[in-house]
Amino acid sequence: MDCQLDIFFLEAILNGLLLAGLLALLALGLNLVFGVIDVVWICYAELVMVGMYGINHAYKGGAPFLLAALIGIVLVAIAGAVLHLLVIRPVLDTPPINQLLVTGGVLFFLQAAATMAFGIDFRNLGIRLGSVSLFDMNFAMARIITFGVALATMLALWLFLRRTYLGTAIRAIAQDRQIMPLMGVDSRRLYLVTSAIGGGLAGLAAALMVLQYDIYPQIGLQFGPLIFMICVLGGLGNMIGGFIAAFIISQFIAVGSSCFHTEWGYAVAFLFFMLAIFIRPQGLFGGKG
Amino acid sequence: MLELDAVDAGYGGFQALFGVSMRVNAGEAVAVIGANGAGKTTLLRAISGLIRPTAGSMVMEGRDLVRMPAHRIVETGIAHVPESRRLFPRLTVLDNLRMGAFTPAARAGFARQLDYVYALFPRLKEREGQLAGTLSGGEQQMCAIARALMSRPKLVLLDEPSMGLAPVIVAQVFDLVRRIRTEGYTVLIVEQNVRQVLKVVDRAYLLEVGRIKAAGAAAELAASDDIRKAYMGL
Repeated sequence: MDCQLDIFFLEAILNGLLLAGLLALLALGLNLVFGVIDVVWICYAELVMVGMYGINHAYKGGAPFLLAALIGIVLVAIAGAVLHLLVIRPVLDTPPINQLLVTGGVLFFLQAAATMAFGIDFRNLGIRLGSVSLFDMNFAMARIITFGVALATMLALWLFLRRTYLGTAIRAIAQDRQIMPLMGVDSRRLYLVTSAIGGGLAGLAAALMVLQYDIYPQIGLQFGPLIFMICVLGGLGNMIGGFIAAFIISQFIAVGSSCFHTEWGYAVAFLFFMLAIFIRPQGLFGGKG
Repeated sequence: MLELDAVDAGYGGFQALFGVSMRVNAGEAVAVIGANGAGKTTLLRAISGLIRPTAGSMVMEGRDLVRMPAHRIVETGIAHVPESRRLFPRLTVLDNLRMGAFTPAARAGFARQLDYVYALFPRLKEREGQLAGTLSGGEQQMCAIARALMSRPKLVLLDEPSMGLAPVIVAQVFDLVRRIRTEGYTVLIVEQNVRQVLKVVDRAYLLEVGRIKAAGAAAELAASDDIRKAYMGL
């Protein structure tokens, strides 16, 4: 064990904070979809993977990064809507286990399809943004940008949900699906819009992740379990709970990695998760809020 | 204004309404009375499109409701205050009212309609920022009616507005109903509280096991021995 309260420890904490931004953004999309439609997209991280490949192709094809990122966001937004139309809508009124199973099927389908289409090579965009030094600490610029964009996005979504008719309807339908037609709301359309927003958030996360991570068909396995753990810890469907849980979990990972070993960081985080769920099965902050 | 002809409706394989015909004229208040399970709620749910009739016709000011998607029916000027109020409990009073004005036409006049509704129910303005789930029963009914009025309807459907409320509050709720009548709304109200509701409306229909068994002026029905015995405990 090598855990000292020195500047490297502080660096680990701050890097954990930066990681939390990305994880919170990833959790947000999943929580939004669950909170509104009551369906868990087990394949959420695979949608991110699809976005990463899309951005990679657009960028390598000559599009400037911001355009490639936009293409990725739109691509995954459409993928989210298609997922809802083709896979979720037919099982909407069936037991939750069916919904888990079909989206689980989509997970493996997307992984296999990506492997066949792109092979198992690790790819990256080759964009180097450098890093920022502060005292003896270094922070990757990509992480700082990710953190900023993630926070801004969450704020924007929050304002959208609070201030607009569509956002209010999204919060309302999460509370009472049946009476929405009495308000003049087309529930089917609202679900489709929510799915597209959930997909768009996954696409945005993809645009941020290609700046930091290699792209490969199984990247969803690296992030998927983390995203679920955060959502469940914060209370499934509770967007603010998920936000806070992202910061808790990323600190376990960052500090655990710094004190022990990288793998231990994840082990400690999952151990904490299991203990927390024993004590509070509904998540630290309760369900849908 | 609203005309139903030989409407059959139900849930899945269970039929709850059998050939129901009725009409509501502009400016009237009409009640549908009957025992629990007579099909009163089903009738209102069929009118507002929450369930689809299996036979018959429903026309609102010349527009066919049967073939209209449920979420478009509110645009014909029908607002439905559902059974047990069904407010969005974790939205504020103001957000609930905003949901009532979701349609493009209602949105355009939101500010003016909000002022009007707050003038009608000043209590709601005081409670504007409060979560609807934390209101008292009477206030919730007020909020549910106000939410319906936000769509600027011509016809208001009220489903058991007195249900689950303390007797003192029930009197207040019937006052609310009188008030929206004097505001010029046409009202179709479904109630088990027959004695009270017949004092508020012009005409009433008696529904028994899914069929209209009697119809007439409210005073006439209130004086009928059968109805007094069966529904008013006299």
